[in-house]
Amino acid sequence: MSDNQASDTPEQAEFRARAREWLAANHPGRPPLRLPQGALEVSDPHALEWLRSWQKAAYDAGLVGCDYPTQVGGGGRTNCQTVANQEMFAAKTPYLVNVIGLGMGAPTVFFHAQEEMKQQWLPKLFSGEEIWCQGFSEPGAGSDLANQQTFAERDGDNWIINGHKVWTTLAHFASWMILLCRTSKDDKYNGLSYFVVPIKDAIGRGVTVRPLIKMTGETGFNEVLFDGLVIPDSYRLDEVGAGWKVAMTTLAHERNAGQMITPASGGMPLDEGSGVSTNDPASLARLARNQLRDGKRAADDEALRDEIVKMFIRSEAFRQNRRRTRVPELRDHAQRIPLQSKMIVTELQQDMAELALRIQGLGSTLSFTDDKAPDAGQWGLAYMNTFGITIAGGTNEIQRNILGERVLGLAKTK
Amino acid sequence: MEQPKNFGFGEDEAMLRDSARRFFSDNLPADRLHALVAAEFDPHRANQCKWDADLWKQVTELGWTAACVPEAEGGIGMPLVAAVALAEEAGRAGFPSPMLGTFNATFVLRGCDTDAARAALGAIAEGTSMTLAVTNSRGSLNAGDTDVQVDDSGRLTGSAHFVQDARKADRYLISARGANGVGLYIVERDADGLTVAPDVIVDVTRDQAILGFDNVSALEVAPPGAGQTALEAALPAMLCVLSADMVGAGEWLLQTTAEYARTRVQFDRPIGFFQAIKHPLVNLMVEIDNAKSLTYNAACAVDIGAEDQLTLARMAKAQASSMAVYSGSRAVQFHGGIGFTWECWVQMFFKRQLHSQVLLGDANHHRRQLADALIGPVAA
Repeated sequence: MSDNQASDTPEQAEFRARAREWLAANHPGRPPLRLPQGALEVSDPHALEWLRSWQKAAYDAGLVGCDYPTQVGGGGRTNCQTVANQEMFAAKTPYLVNVIGLGMGAPTVFFHAQEEMKQQWLPKLFSGEEIWCQGFSEPGAGSDLANQQTFAERDGDNWIINGHKVWTTLAHFASWMILLCRTSKDDKYNGLSYFVVPIKDAIGRGVTVRPLIKMTGETGFNEVLFDGLVIPDSYRLDEVGAGWKVAMTTLAHERNAGQMITPASGGMPLDEGSGVSTNDPASLARLARNQLRDGKRAADDEALRDEIVKMFIRSEAFRQNRRRTRVPELRDHAQRIPLQSKMIVTELQQDMAELALRIQGLGSTLSFTDDKAPDAGQWGLAYMNTFGITIAGGTNEIQRNILGERVLGLAKTK
Repeated sequence: MEQPKNFGFGEDEAMLRDSARRFFSDNLPADRLHALVAAEFDPHRANQCKWDADLWKQVTELGWTAACVPEAEGGIGMPLVAAVALAEEAGRAGFPSPMLGTFNATFVLRGCDTDAARAALGAIAEGTSMTLAVTNSRGSLNAGDTDVQVDDSGRLTGSAHFVQDARKADRYLISARGANGVGLYIVERDADGLTVAPDVIVDVTRDQAILGFDNVSALEVAPPGAGQTALEAALPAMLCVLSADMVGAGEWLLQTTAEYARTRVQFDRPIGFFQAIKHPLVNLMVEIDNAKSLTYNAACAVDIGAEDQLTLARMAKAQASSMAVYSGSRAVQFHGGIGFTWECWVQMFFKRQLHSQVLLGDANHHRRQLADALIGPVAA
């Protein structure tokens, strides 16, 4: 954290001081109920309400949407979201629940919607009053995202939508969905268009939301069926047929390679006292020091020590890569490191969690719902949940295609 | 202690790096390197020392070896990140030279607070090259281990092993044990009583030798007892420039193999279309970027005198070493049959990477040291 502070602009320095002061006085404290590991798994309405009140407070304090213009509900600042994120993490705050809206909905709406729609949508998105979800994946359109079958048919000033979306995180709470769908069957890529569609207000009027159960036993994502949903043309983003271009804005931000920095808080340990952070190799080292295997500390096993050190190295490399991205003299290709970011961080989390299970040995067989589970069973849960992130947002195999094609100039798969 | 956001890599460092990159692309493209070091294909003659001494002279005249010599000694006084950038470019070119040795000697001499050391730094600034002769016959990585003894009148007897670029360097910086501990000494390459016995090595871009000392008169730059500290203090910087060399060579292997994958056609497609080629090349790119970022981070830590500089430098070397092997193996494999030939330029960089990965300790060695620092020592 501290290496960022050294070269703050005057605006960032002033903002940082105010953020720090506010956070010191306004941390929401421990939640009154057990929260899931991340916003993607929130399914309990009480958890939603508690997290939403935190997001509203952070937004009102100017820590969310800082770099968006004030006309659309933003803070009108320059490069301050990074500072807000750093300070929120340092203050060990809860995560922001409107994660799809902040990370993907907001930049897509901001760069492609009509001005009055931005003003209608963005303030309530930033505050968390309205939750957003993303309608990209379909049963037949996963890695081959452009193979969209959901269809929007023009009807005067309206569009009529029919189709089926899957893996729709937070749809059960969502007011709005960013929707990629087909408006022409004549052209795979140029036949796509992009809309914002109502979910909550349209349930029973062309929208059905059904929960899907994850391998962890948690809910949090859904399938969404459209059966003649009618929306006005003003909900369309960019031109008819420009859906793929708009989707690229969404995906660039989803992969941490977009123009806008996503507001993000976090850092609060999930279980008071356990101090487990499944993102931190120091937690692995601590686990290994405390874990006895056949009477010996796991931390004394040479093979495990080597694997733990590799995680420290990868974790530090990830941090330093991000730092180097911001030094133009030291990067060879502007997109080379940003496009790696999603793949690297998700695989690191997956591999750290998997290593934790081997450090725990037989203890790793216990579910997070068993009180005897070491580290409250968080590593096993985290390991399963990491497959959500190595698959979502374009599988990591697709990320490798993109890197090979855009950065190394290799022949395209599609 | 806070590191500057930009690794301390400013306009001056970028200009120096860019000029180095131009210098090598003008003077030492891979075909010229191959003609220089690999025209002979008899492996039993690989102990020949093939290099372009005139090119090295130009490098010293450009002031690269003076970069990290303090201004007070007639150098330029640039930060370590500048030397790291130069080493990266040298690695990218597979440059046969005593450059790393001269940098290493510079780092060690800067930690010896003697007039003789300052004078030796002045000589480096004026273009004298050096290399370290601090390794014993068992290849020990402990700075105190040496097979050279120094007597009371400052004369050396014994042997130093695995001396890098021994036939290119003008002078040697030698660790020798006396009655009061290890000291550091300088001997000229043509000194009386010194023999240079070349090893036959696999790497065609370097040379390596055993130095034999028979009552050789030497210049003391660190008295007995002070040598080990000076060597240990210089280790983080030495790990950084060596890692940077591997980063540069790794990038050459990546770009050369990507170019091949863009143009080589099989099954009616450029082979880079196939994910069996595409994905490992992306993985290699990731490994290179990790090594590069860790290297600049460690160098910056050295520049600001950070306490964790050795930890960060070991991370860089561990990552660079494992990347180095991977870069060579994927480059040969993806070039197919041609990649397995002496004629293909890839072999020069493949071998340089294998050589570099074990110098100053391989990835396992550094990870073992890191485990003690990051996890804590193994319980008795």
